[in-house]
Amino acid sequence: MSLRRRLNGSRRSPLAATIVIAAGLLFSGGGFAVATSVVESNVATAYTADQIAEGKKLFLSNCASCHGLNSEGTKAGPSLIGVGAASVDFQVGSGRMPGQGSGPQLPKKTVQFTEAQIELMAAYVASLAPGPAIPDDKYLEATGDAAHGGELFRINCAMCHNAVGAGGALTEGKYAPVLKGVSAKHIYEAMVTGPQNMPVFNDSNLTPTDKQDIITYLAYMDENESAGGYALASLGPVAEGLFIWIFGLGGIIAITVWLAAKSN
Amino acid sequence: MAGKDLERSKEAEGFEHEFESGLAVISQDKISDPGLAPHRVRMTDKSPKHAKNAERQVAVLFLLSVVGSFFALWAYVAFPITEDLSTVRANNLWLGLGMTLSLLGIGIGAVHWAKTLMPDFEVSEARHQTRGSEDVRAAAVEIVKLADQESGFSRRKLIRRTMYGALALFPLPALVVFGDLGPVVGDSLRHTMWKKGTRLTKDPTGIPIKASDVTLGSVFHVIPEGLAEMHEHKLEEKAKAAVLLVRLNQEDLKEDESKKGWSYDGIVAYSKICTHVGCPVALYEQHTHHLLCPCHQSTFDVTEHCKVVFGPASRPLPQLPISVDAEGYLIAQSDFLEPVGPSFWER
Repeated sequence: MSLRRRLNGSRRSPLAATIVIAAGLLFSGGGFAVATSVVESNVATAYTADQIAEGKKLFLSNCASCHGLNSEGTKAGPSLIGVGAASVDFQVGSGRMPGQGSGPQLPKKTVQFTEAQIELMAAYVASLAPGPAIPDDKYLEATGDAAHGGELFRINCAMCHNAVGAGGALTEGKYAPVLKGVSAKHIYEAMVTGPQNMPVFNDSNLTPTDKQDIITYLAYMDENESAGGYALASLGPVAEGLFIWIFGLGGIIAITVWLAAKSN
Repeated sequence: MAGKDLERSKEAEGFEHEFESGLAVISQDKISDPGLAPHRVRMTDKSPKHAKNAERQVAVLFLLSVVGSFFALWAYVAFPITEDLSTVRANNLWLGLGMTLSLLGIGIGAVHWAKTLMPDFEVSEARHQTRGSEDVRAAAVEIVKLADQESGFSRRKLIRRTMYGALALFPLPALVVFGDLGPVVGDSLRHTMWKKGTRLTKDPTGIPIKASDVTLGSVFHVIPEGLAEMHEHKLEEKAKAAVLLVRLNQEDLKEDESKKGWSYDGIVAYSKICTHVGCPVALYEQHTHHLLCPCHQSTFDVTEHCKVVFGPASRPLPQLPISVDAEGYLIAQSDFLEPVGPSFWER
């Protein structure tokens, strides 16, 4: 998967300069728009008007080129009206946003903003329309029922993310990311917002307690090593098959050659 | 030895000549019998020093085996299996490594011994003909005749015929018993637990789902009402009745006229059992509306009655016609209208 993306990346390189210039023009245009327009904000319940205003400034200079000056969405990016604070916290907090170039899927990368800046942008987006909020800390502690979480994970998540959260391939270059080491807050936010091609698991499907159980299960998998020895990235039959075909069969062939060879 | 080989290759040539006139193509560059490779004298035969070295190597290998055996014994004691399941890992690993060393030492040592020190002269053995000699064949016929005569098999018709009868009938009880070993399939492949009015419930809890619960972009893994409480044949029923529930924008749905009434307010329900070989198809992509089967990458388009857009599946996933009851819960309008899952002979 990573090889494929790298190859795609190298093929794109002639276009990269054009894209960078276009993005630069858009950003500077956006910046100009910030400087000249009067900032108006809808007051949301949990955030102050100042936060929303500051968040809008950050939004206009960093996000509006793709998501539109009023977050209404453009050809390059979807509308952010109603996606909620949880979406912003997940997308920007995991480094997926702001995106660099187009592709089948935006990868996780170094986070571009501080916690405080992310919160301001979340405040602004939350003020546009009601949407999923940043989860309550009490559901993020890995103190739930890991067995129940495991069952829910196998029914709802494992088909894409693998039974132990090792990730997996989807169609046409998209993929379900590895869940090892992902923070409980981001796991929760991904379930409520359905980032990129992931479906949404709202609270009537998986209750907050169910989500906490899933977080507990994933934390358990992070903390406990594989009982069966080296897990070969937990990828299942592909990695295991490759290993046994190369090393197992290779060993058998080597021994056969040695058995049949005449001594010097 | 070499002389005998030469004779055999001449025989083979003669054999081929007999048929030459009947063959359309006569091979001119027939591969000739290369015979035995020239004998090469081993270093251990030429120099006593090498022979001594080889002897030591074999001894070291056997000693390694001894070490392995003791190591395995020690590991069994040192890494006991306790109540804690994770102790199995260390126990198996070290015990297994010790036993591997113990066996490999003996095996490799023995082969090395045979290859380097035991005499190495080549032997070739000619194959004998499949047909026995006339004498042997005559003797065999004699034995059969004598047996027939002594047992009276040809003479005593009553015994012979009753024996045939007994032999013909003795497999019958087995056939009847084997026939009853498994359940009779009947029409169970054509029906599932779904019927008119069955509520759609969440897997695994069995909590019924309201149409309003299914927000845009959501995916629900669904079992029929009552399955969660079942004890007998629960998995058999689940394997047929599992359903995936998705809500799409009404304008994204491209529905056939005849199936227009099967969805409810953009909510559609499809069998989760792949029509290729029956894996659960549940990798739903929210934006492309594609459902991907993890086993062989069959891809189904949810917007168009789950038609196959990629992969080896040959039929769309069967759609479960749904509706809502008076309390707003999603219900099935009927069972699936076609058998779910992979193709079978009488489908």
